[in-house]
Amino acid sequence: MEREVLEISHLRKQYDGQTVIDDLSLTVHEGEVIVVIGPSGCGKSTLLRCVNALEDIQGGQIRLHGEPISQKSRNLQQLRQKVGMVFQNYELFPHMNVLDNILLAPVKAQKRARREVKEEAMALLGRVGLENRAESYPRQLSGGQKQRVAIVRALCMHPELLLFDEVTAALDPEMVREVLEVILDLADQGRTMLVVTHEMQFARAVADRIIFLDQGRICEEGPPETFFDAPKTERAEKFLKTFTFERKNKSKSGIRPGEEKL
Amino acid sequence: MPDLGLEVLWKGKNLIRLLGGLGIALRISLVSVLISIGLGTLLGMVRRKEKGLPKVIMRLYLEFIRIMPQLVLLFLVYFGTTRSFGWDLSGETAAVIVFSLWGTAEMSDLVRGALNSIPVHQYESAEALGLWEKQIYRYVILPQAVRRLLPPAINLVTRMIKTTSLVLMIGVVEVLKVAQQIIEANRMSSPNAAFGVYLAVFVIYFCACWPVSLAAKKLERRWR
Ligand SMILES: Nc1ncnc2c1ncn2[C@@H]1O[C@H](COP(=O)(O)OP(=O)(O)OP(=O)(O)O)[C@@H](O)[C@H]1O
Ligand SMILES: [Mg+2]
Repeated sequence: MEREVLEISHLRKQYDGQTVIDDLSLTVHEGEVIVVIGPSGCGKSTLLRCVNALEDIQGGQIRLHGEPISQKSRNLQQLRQKVGMVFQNYELFPHMNVLDNILLAPVKAQKRARREVKEEAMALLGRVGLENRAESYPRQLSGGQKQRVAIVRALCMHPELLLFDEVTAALDPEMVREVLEVILDLADQGRTMLVVTHEMQFARAVADRIIFLDQGRICEEGPPETFFDAPKTERAEKFLKTFTFERKNKSKSGIRPGEEKL
Repeated sequence: MPDLGLEVLWKGKNLIRLLGGLGIALRISLVSVLISIGLGTLLGMVRRKEKGLPKVIMRLYLEFIRIMPQLVLLFLVYFGTTRSFGWDLSGETAAVIVFSLWGTAEMSDLVRGALNSIPVHQYESAEALGLWEKQIYRYVILPQAVRRLLPPAINLVTRMIKTTSLVLMIGVVEVLKVAQQIIEANRMSSPNAAFGVYLAVFVIYFCACWPVSLAAKKLERRWR
């Protein structure tokens, strides 16, 4: 088995006494793509936010390459630099152009040479088809373009783990694909990723392993084929049903039986 | 051509005296504005996390300063302190104290509002990138907050400049006071002096405030 990048053990997270994540354990190996799915409010975002210590936790431990990460970590900033996170609403810095958005953390937090990072940033922008938008400001970009910039911004930090939280949920349908293709490409490069998504087709394609979360617990996990085609738990089956639609009463000609055409 | 009473301006040193009055008004404004921006910014940053008693006290202070007409505050500080504490403040010092108290209160509110208007996600995405707290403020939060702060802050500055005209009431010889003196002195020779002199006062105050708001507009446009 590959080296472990992330080990979550017995994680417990509460908001004002209300348990949102309950005794959750999960190990992510190098190069593995894990897709987390589950009903709204089941704690998917919270889980990702705990992983890079945007939330304090009430129990358990999260380790990154064996090193515990929490809001109390002494070297919290260095640890966070190893985790790239992409949010649903891009969260680019509106007062900076695309290039400055990307360069800020590598240059200021990692103290790398601006020239070197810029070269890398331009190459990555080229890879996501945005090489000519380096000077644009976020407000001049479409949602899909902003999200691709946000991904490049995370990549430029050389993270060992990438977190994606419903990164296409705020996008118009025709822009979803351009972003998902970037993530598929990253998966092919062997990146280690933890992905939250509501796009089931995409989940199936990109995942090495599906984690189905319900009420803050892992309800079911397994390879995507098994999970989608033959879910073991009733909850998962019920959840997957919400993505398929059927009309109870439909004839081929479009007219209900017994009804006359006018 | 009607007699606008403009000729008194050219008599003797009248225009120079008016401009000298503007100098005093601007000096009071400048000192109070600088104090207000400094203290107000600090206070505004502190006030973001305030709760309990300090919050109540700040709220009361702010409301008090806002509700009181500036003139009443001026009288309170200038005459009140002499009576109660035996202090002998100069009119200019009293004016600076009042305008600083006022400006600091308003500025702290503006700063707090500007900082609070930056969405929490901006902090989080900067944190997620592994930036240190100081860097987050310096590169992400403050630049955005300053852009939002600028229009209301400039508005405050021009209001402060305008309000300095009140200090004639406590004996500081500034523009309006000089104007009244000139009108008084020329009552016989040019009865229409009031119009001309107040017109000049209008132009002088306009010239003092206009560049400030012009500069602000320019900055705003550049940052949009
Ligand atoms: N800051 C907060 N304070 C209190 N409760 C919160 C907070 N953030 C989230 N919660 C609660 O925690 C639970 C899990 O929220 P979370 O955002 O992780 O869900 P999610 O699985 O990401 O849902 P969605 O699919 O809608 O994004 C929800 O019940 C939510 O109400
Ligand atoms: Mg969520």
